[in-house]
Amino acid sequence: MACYLTTGKHSNFYVAFGTVLLLLAITAPAALLFGFGGAIAARSRFFPLAWFGKIYIAIVRGVPDIAFFLFFVIALDQAFEYLRHRWKCPDWLEPVRQGNDFVVCQAAKLPLSTSPQWMHEVYGFSLAVLTFAIVYGAFAANVLYGAMQAVPRAQLETAEAYGMSQRQTFWRILVPQMWVYALPGLTNLWMILIKATPLLFLLGVEDIVYWARELGGTATPRFTDYPHGDWRMWYFLALLVFYLGFTKLSEAVFARITERLSHGQATAAGEAQRKAAHA
Amino acid sequence: MSCWETVLDYGLRSIGIGERLLPREGFTLCQHFTLIGSGLLWNIYFGVLALSAGFFLATAVALGKAAASPWLRKPAEWFILVFRGSPLFIQFFFAYFFFLNLKSVSPIFDPFSAAWLGALIVLFLNTAAYSGEIFYGALRSIPKGDLEAADAYGMTGWVKFRRVVWPTMLRLAWPGYTNEAIFLFHATTLVFFSGFPAWQQRGDALYYANYFADRTFNPFIAYPIVAGYFILVTLAIIGIFGLMNRRLNQHLPKERRVRIRYKPQFIR
Repeated sequence: MACYLTTGKHSNFYVAFGTVLLLLAITAPAALLFGFGGAIAARSRFFPLAWFGKIYIAIVRGVPDIAFFLFFVIALDQAFEYLRHRWKCPDWLEPVRQGNDFVVCQAAKLPLSTSPQWMHEVYGFSLAVLTFAIVYGAFAANVLYGAMQAVPRAQLETAEAYGMSQRQTFWRILVPQMWVYALPGLTNLWMILIKATPLLFLLGVEDIVYWARELGGTATPRFTDYPHGDWRMWYFLALLVFYLGFTKLSEAVFARITERLSHGQATAAGEAQRKAAHA
Repeated sequence: MSCWETVLDYGLRSIGIGERLLPREGFTLCQHFTLIGSGLLWNIYFGVLALSAGFFLATAVALGKAAASPWLRKPAEWFILVFRGSPLFIQFFFAYFFFLNLKSVSPIFDPFSAAWLGALIVLFLNTAAYSGEIFYGALRSIPKGDLEAADAYGMTGWVKFRRVVWPTMLRLAWPGYTNEAIFLFHATTLVFFSGFPAWQQRGDALYYANYFADRTFNPFIAYPIVAGYFILVTLAIIGIFGLMNRRLNQHLPKERRVRIRYKPQFIR
């Protein structure tokens, strides 16, 4: 059994767990950034920008996320290639869409057909990250937008009374205070993000779902030293347990962070901490 | 070929009525709309059945989680944890291969590995867990006064539950439950992208959209159509649940009514 679990293919499976964690580590800040941008846009006084922010939030949330995944992977790829095409081959006159084909000049292909295999994998992975960031950025934008509205008006008015400019009020008063209000929503978002990682499979990345299907499938003695029947059920059971454990762990961590952030805040939780410290 | 003929040919294609072969070339807008719309039938089938069956299990699970006896409470807690703590996508895969294994035990389990039953069961359990948690939260926030009033009237057991606890729970949970319903419909798009195969290319809306996008290399037509259909579904759900919400709140003065806000907090 120990031998079976340490075959070369299985190490690919374990590396895939790393891929998932890497995706989370890159996507979470990226989504937060998109969310921050979206929330600022939605709050903007310049109304086309505000509209753009609000429409971004509304559309992404109103449509199944997997439709977005399938859409953005092709759409982003084609958009990048099209931009490069315009830039690199300006004298190309034929239209890009010919019937059912999408044609760009050789130099504009992404990644270049001459580039090594790992470039293709990195490119596919970055498209996946960008897609995740766009989709979950909308959710984050919604959360942050709500959090910015939740900061008590009086705090901002006080800042203005002290003569702070718009920008100063925003960065020194609003942003530091909004996190406490945003945290429940962001916790939720993190859970959502964890549970969205298996969708990497649909984006063509060789992730844990891919390997679980590969390794679990019936293995005949001709191709492997360890023949077995259809074990895919057990592999997916293992994934299920992995995700459950991960969710549990995150819950514990977020409980800690919430406690930290409530410290010294004008909320019920912060007040309770203050009283406990006094007693 | 006129658009009406296309509708006749492909309008019910997703349930196996009409033309057998999917369109191979040309791909008119009309074909896009018809075929994707026909796939939407599956989304509605999954959504409506899972939701209506899940409602009852959710009530039971919520009551179980709120029960004093650990024999009822623990299973309910574990049920909610397992289905809310793991991705629906993985649940689909696991269930599919589980049903495949059962199939070799006895032919009775044959239909379970087909999407119409197997995926429905997963969605049913999943939505029961999510709504169970919502109902449990509502159960805990029933005003103390309401319960004391019921006691004062001498209500106990079933009568108290039927007349006071249950209606109040539903009223408080309804906005959250509306969001759950919306996201259940969104989750139905996962069915044919997980383990469950689309038999004879009878798939849901996203399945056909994916088919078109793969053939035409143009994601800018098929996917926006799916998006449009789903926005319509979302609006319909908000409308229907809004009517039910009005009925649940009808005894209250205007300002104390619970408003439904579209607030996507839990997706799978």
